[in-house]
Amino acid sequence: MATLELSIDEDVAVSPVARTRRLGPLFWAAVVWMVVVFAAAALANLLPLPSPTDMDMLERRAPASALHWLGTDGLGRDELARLIYGARISLTVGLCAPVIGLTIGGALGILAGYFRGRFESLIVGSMDVLLAFPPLILALAVTAYLGQSLLNLTCILGVLGIPAFMRVARAATLTLARREFVIAAQALGATHARILLRELLPNVFLPLLAFFLLGVAVTIVVEGALSFLGLGVPPPISSWGSMIGEGRESLEIAPRLAFLPAITMFLTVLSFNLVGDALKALTDPRQSAL
Amino acid sequence: MAGFVARRLLYLVPVLVAVSLLTFLIASLLPGDLAYVILGDQATPEKVAALRHDMGLDQPIWWRYVSWLGHVIEGDFGRSFRTGQTVLQAVAERLPVSFELMLLAEFGALVIGIPLAIACAVRSGSAFDRFMTGTAFGMLSVPAFLSAILLIYLFAVELRWLPATGYVPFAEDPVGNLRCFVLPALTLALGEWPVLMRVLRSDMITTLQEDFIAMARAKGLKPSRILLVHALKPSSLTLVTVTGINIGRLIGGTVIVESIFALPGIGRLLLGAIYTRDLVILQGVVLVVAFGYVLMNFIVDMLYAVLDPRIRHGHA
Repeated sequence: MATLELSIDEDVAVSPVARTRRLGPLFWAAVVWMVVVFAAAALANLLPLPSPTDMDMLERRAPASALHWLGTDGLGRDELARLIYGARISLTVGLCAPVIGLTIGGALGILAGYFRGRFESLIVGSMDVLLAFPPLILALAVTAYLGQSLLNLTCILGVLGIPAFMRVARAATLTLARREFVIAAQALGATHARILLRELLPNVFLPLLAFFLLGVAVTIVVEGALSFLGLGVPPPISSWGSMIGEGRESLEIAPRLAFLPAITMFLTVLSFNLVGDALKALTDPRQSAL
Repeated sequence: MAGFVARRLLYLVPVLVAVSLLTFLIASLLPGDLAYVILGDQATPEKVAALRHDMGLDQPIWWRYVSWLGHVIEGDFGRSFRTGQTVLQAVAERLPVSFELMLLAEFGALVIGIPLAIACAVRSGSAFDRFMTGTAFGMLSVPAFLSAILLIYLFAVELRWLPATGYVPFAEDPVGNLRCFVLPALTLALGEWPVLMRVLRSDMITTLQEDFIAMARAKGLKPSRILLVHALKPSSLTLVTVTGINIGRLIGGTVIVESIFALPGIGRLLLGAIYTRDLVILQGVVLVVAFGYVLMNFIVDMLYAVLDPRIRHGHA
């Protein structure tokens, strides 16, 4: 999606001093936060949490207590439980959708970059059509027709990511395909399949992986935006975006209901951006050549 | 230059046709029959069949596409079966609001981004530069609906300086109109400036190492003149491209911001069409927005070619 492209050509003028600090405390803090969110989401069923959907009309917008560690929301549901179960939605969509983009977009990009010619024009042209729509508009429109569900949401956001992954894979393949080891493999009579899988794929994979993490960040944001607008996963399932949307209604009486999911989402997105950016800097040949 | 424009224009035709085809296919192939939507679930099969016939839904799909495209080329994007308004009327009514919002947002982003980029580039590597680059990186992780909530909380709930929602037409009350655009435009600008700032900063650092800057310094020109006249112009090439790439994000952000601040723009039209399942308006608006987006990108391409002759001569 268009938002993903932004990160391709920035950071040209990073000084070598800054780069040696790349894997500093901030990087590890981000990793720790990601692990915490992952663990909480994965183990949500085992944790001693109140149900995220049980309403308690007497305890609406209750402050933090021993029973409700972060208080309750406008319908008396436990805020912490909703945050953790919301992480499941955000991470499921946020990870699965870019996997779709990575697999299909990556494959198309490598093939287009290796075989060139008419096939490449066809791929690039059809991706241009997908890019001709502002991504959020296309996501909204397709959701409106397909209906709201976790699977639909994941598929739509996954398809939207294909062009960006295709571009990264194609750009990497174009430079790699002219390198000596590929030419040597060709001279030795290796088949196309062997060159693609054994020579090109391992080398294209690392930049794709760095881009994947940035894609996760973007996807979590877009999923949040759709849920915020009431077009994400249907209620009563909680998602960070829908929690922020609900919290907006009570901004005057209980601002924390909007701010808690907002901060959680910000930290998660920031973590993926930080780690993705650090990996990108490590795998970018322009910078590691220094 | 004429040849370049002609080539790009020629490329535009298949893209626009493909965009219209994709819009049509999304609306036609996905589940959900328009006739049922109009008549409701309780409709008798005979009534549905009659309406389908009236609307041409019983024709083969390629024929429906061709006749729909014919209408679109004549400027007939369809008519809402709920309000009776044509798509073009509805869009024309709301376009000025979205346009004003996007212009103000882009303006705000430039006002924040350019001075910061220059200040960082001049002292690149300093504590200030590192702090601002870090802030910009952090801001990239703040989606529009987060900053909107924060701004509403600060300026509308706590300080009560500005309205949280509502819209006043410019013709009625210009000051009130601008007041109701401050928070929405600022929300979008907060998402845009880090991108502009990062790009301009790195271009500017490169430019400041050029010989002609050293020459200007040696001539004893004022630093402000060197920065604003000699360095800013050659550094702003990438800025133009990034502005183009960002239009898509800006349009998406506009939808969210219009919904939060209750501004009657294209985004609200689109969301309203989704909530009420007004599929004709939805299809029409998506097509109009996509056409507009393709054309804006075309204009940015042209602008870029005007600024940088290398593009015109085959690198594109």
